[in-house]
Amino acid sequence: MTDIATTPAVARTARSEAMRRALFRFRQSKLSIVGAVMVFLVLFFTAFGGLLAPYPEHVAGGVDTANRFLAPSVGHPFGTNELGQDVLSLVMAGTTVSVAAGFAVVLIGTLIGTTVGAIAGFNGGWIDEVLMRLSDLMLTIPGLILAMAVAAALGPGFVNMILAISLSWWPGYARLVRGEVISAREEVYVSAARAIGASPARVLFRHILPNIVSPVIVKMSLDMGFAILTVAALGFIGIGVRPPTPEWGTLLSISRSYMPDFWWTAIFPGLAMFLAVFGFNLLGDGLRDVLDPRARR
Amino acid sequence: MTSPLLEIRNLHLSMTSFEGSAHVLAGIDLTVNRREIWGLVGETGCGKSLTGLSVSRLVPSPPAQYLDGAICLDGTDVLALSDREMQALRGKRIGMIFQDPTTNLNPAFRIGTQLIDVALAAAVRDPAVLDLGPKAGRGERHRAARALAIRMLEEVGIPNAAARVDDYPHQFSGGMRQRVLIAMALIGRPNLLIADEPTTALDVSVQAQILKLLKQMVVDHDMGVVLITHNLGVVAQTCSHVAVMYAGTIVESGPVRAVLDRPTHPYTKALLDAIPARNVQRGALRGLPGSVPNLITPPPGCRFAQRCPLAQPSCTQKPPHKVAVEAGHMVACPVATQALENANA
Amino acid sequence: MIRFIVKRVVLIIPILIGLTVIMFVISRMLPGDPVGLAAGPNATAAEIAAYAREFGLDRPLWVQYWDYATGLLRGDFGVSIFTRREVAQDLATYLPATLELVFAALALAIVLGIPAGLLAAVYRNRWPDYLSSVSAIAAISMPRFFLGLLLQLFFAMWLMWLPLGGRFPIIWEPPTGITGFYTIDALLTGDFEGFAMACRHLALPAIAMSLSPLATIMRMMRASTLEVMQQDYVTTARALGLSQRLIIFKYVARNAISATLTVIGLYFGWMLGGTVLVETVFDWPGLGLYATQAIVAQDFMPVVSVAFVIGLLFVTANIVIDVLYGVINPKVRYE
Repeated sequence: MTDIATTPAVARTARSEAMRRALFRFRQSKLSIVGAVMVFLVLFFTAFGGLLAPYPEHVAGGVDTANRFLAPSVGHPFGTNELGQDVLSLVMAGTTVSVAAGFAVVLIGTLIGTTVGAIAGFNGGWIDEVLMRLSDLMLTIPGLILAMAVAAALGPGFVNMILAISLSWWPGYARLVRGEVISAREEVYVSAARAIGASPARVLFRHILPNIVSPVIVKMSLDMGFAILTVAALGFIGIGVRPPTPEWGTLLSISRSYMPDFWWTAIFPGLAMFLAVFGFNLLGDGLRDVLDPRARR
Repeated sequence: MTSPLLEIRNLHLSMTSFEGSAHVLAGIDLTVNRREIWGLVGETGCGKSLTGLSVSRLVPSPPAQYLDGAICLDGTDVLALSDREMQALRGKRIGMIFQDPTTNLNPAFRIGTQLIDVALAAAVRDPAVLDLGPKAGRGERHRAARALAIRMLEEVGIPNAAARVDDYPHQFSGGMRQRVLIAMALIGRPNLLIADEPTTALDVSVQAQILKLLKQMVVDHDMGVVLITHNLGVVAQTCSHVAVMYAGTIVESGPVRAVLDRPTHPYTKALLDAIPARNVQRGALRGLPGSVPNLITPPPGCRFAQRCPLAQPSCTQKPPHKVAVEAGHMVACPVATQALENANA
Repeated sequence: MIRFIVKRVVLIIPILIGLTVIMFVISRMLPGDPVGLAAGPNATAAEIAAYAREFGLDRPLWVQYWDYATGLLRGDFGVSIFTRREVAQDLATYLPATLELVFAALALAIVLGIPAGLLAAVYRNRWPDYLSSVSAIAAISMPRFFLGLLLQLFFAMWLMWLPLGGRFPIIWEPPTGITGFYTIDALLTGDFEGFAMACRHLALPAIAMSLSPLATIMRMMRASTLEVMQQDYVTTARALGLSQRLIIFKYVARNAISATLTVIGLYFGWMLGGTVLVETVFDWPGLGLYATQAIVAQDFMPVVSVAFVIGLLFVTANIVIDVLYGVINPKVRYE
């Protein structure tokens, strides 16, 4: 009997076999499925939340002082707030702001971090040293305080808030990518590519970066939840998006003053925030098991 | 008639994995008496370590499942014991030593602590281990265990044992660590010692010392030993008996001189041919063609038949019976034993 | 050992210089008009200029930094342009409050997280394990400020078991300042009523603060326990008759904790920077609340100084963790 692994037909299907197993593992983990469904719902509301809101005029900033602080009912499942606005509508529309901002933060952080990490890892030497010391430094600065300081200085607003948070978000990616690049650089196939005369840029883009996509995607999905939390935190402190733009953290911070009597104004935005982050974290956890088997325990 | 120290009868073990269920031990028979050192030899994956671990019931179940057979220790079948009863036998009746002395001692604890805990655990079952009455207090037991630990370290040849008992494992050399592990395995005064490749990770010169120590311990403690190894040189040097394993079966067993001087089973012969020796001609050293069969779908007859130079069509029909070719020398190959009979006739 | 500590301490210096430079540059390069804000809405241009001169803000940035940095060496953290108070004095008031909160939360997280992780590993792939891993993901997904609000709603507003916020009743005299930690000071002075009161105030914010580190420590502990349980020395211990309980709680636990320690060190810094939210919810008079007020007023001396203090504590905590790591793991100590 010949050794199975050396049969060419089998070797060709090894990749699809690996994919099949990964999918199998993912489907086996019920929690990841729950997470994926939750994330799908969150993304759905991100796209259509504002359109589907039962009271679009409230989302745009309209008030209805005659109907202030109505308790949850059929007409207003989440009740109304101090301006008579429908809390359900605000929460639905708030998804867009929180998720878009969170995604932007993660994306910018990933772009900066990957660039820095790739340059550091690929070049080595003093460039590596300088860039890595800089990212270590950024990691010692308390991220939330830095983001708050920058956001306050730039002034309120959606874009300013995203910039402020992204500023402290990249070092994690830089470290991750640098580590992966250094280990990938030593792999046999890279030396082989170099030996046949591939240019450094080609080696980096064709051989190294494609192999570090998985861990980066895993980190991005795990970071999504935390980015949403940070966006909400800035809103809660009062340095993020300003009303009337509906944002979960801001909604929560305003309704604080109306507890305990009008608890629904605070509970529902908070729950929405928790569930969205929970979904991303469940999904990220499942993705890590599938895409990054080395991190599996 | 007293029962033997260890008697493994017709042991069948299967292991379930992602691909299916593998029949990894298929009818193991082995009897070990006091003062005997049994070498269990075979290639990697032939089931020799599983046989050793089974005696202490250390094979996790699932995935392992015992299909048939018995493992009797002084007449008691350990497979029938409760977990608690089994735990009481470990360390006290059965001592074990493993391959790599660097990973088998906990790096975060002093060796004394580890020895003392094993002694105290053994003393729960049998206070005589510490030479104390059953009413001895905690402090008294601890002091006795520590004294015993030092005595055991001296016995296995650790110089300056009284001081070194408080050292950490990384402060010892590989050979010294294996001595510590032997002391630990013997501190509860077991009658049976299972040594799983105890010298494989050591330098050749240290190897000889450890084997000599083991032989000494067998005499001093009146023990029986199962020495698992892939090295026939170690077997020739140390063992009184040997059992050759192939793909979950014992193909040949008996007194070490009989088996090594008059190998009968074709696999044993092939194994001996694969050993380099000084007086062997260049080119005479032979590997064995083919590879070990897949145990998820094992061949129905002799598991060696596919690679066997003597194979007959009948060999693939049913598993071979064991036949004694001389006193205690058992061979599981009808073709070879028949040939031997014909030659003698 | 001593050499190791000295080396690490010396390495702190460039980190702190870098940290203050970055904070200094960011805070001064960005748009915004802190002086105008501090001088008041009705101040004239001349008044604003005079105000800037008074605080030396008209000088080049590097001169201001040099002043600040040399001041730090003398323990002078600068002056708030908003309140005109010495920042060092404010820090002395607010830092102990934050540290008390962080230590309480961390203690809670460690005391509950380590055994929980150990048990999750022992019951691997059975219901206690599943339950703990779902709750861990839920716990890290819970916004601390929302959890704080929920705790307030239930325990302070509806059940009225615990106070709504603050560190101590306003009408009471706080315990004499020895350490600045009200709980410890009350105990030291034998004021048990004060101790109970301090604990009641501390309870809710500490719980809100501890949930996420608790979950992380638990998961880390579970992972490292599983890894340790695979080690050869655990098989040997089992083969030689040690009971499962002794193996897990004595041998495995020690090895697993040393891996978990690193996470605790990282979390300490994270919590110091993250008290802002919990302090806001519970009106806890600590560094976070102080920093928030300063940030809103664009009063940058306190902001830079708070970042400096937190950075310093963070780096120090990591050195302490490394030393502890050596104590638990003797092999590291000798290398």
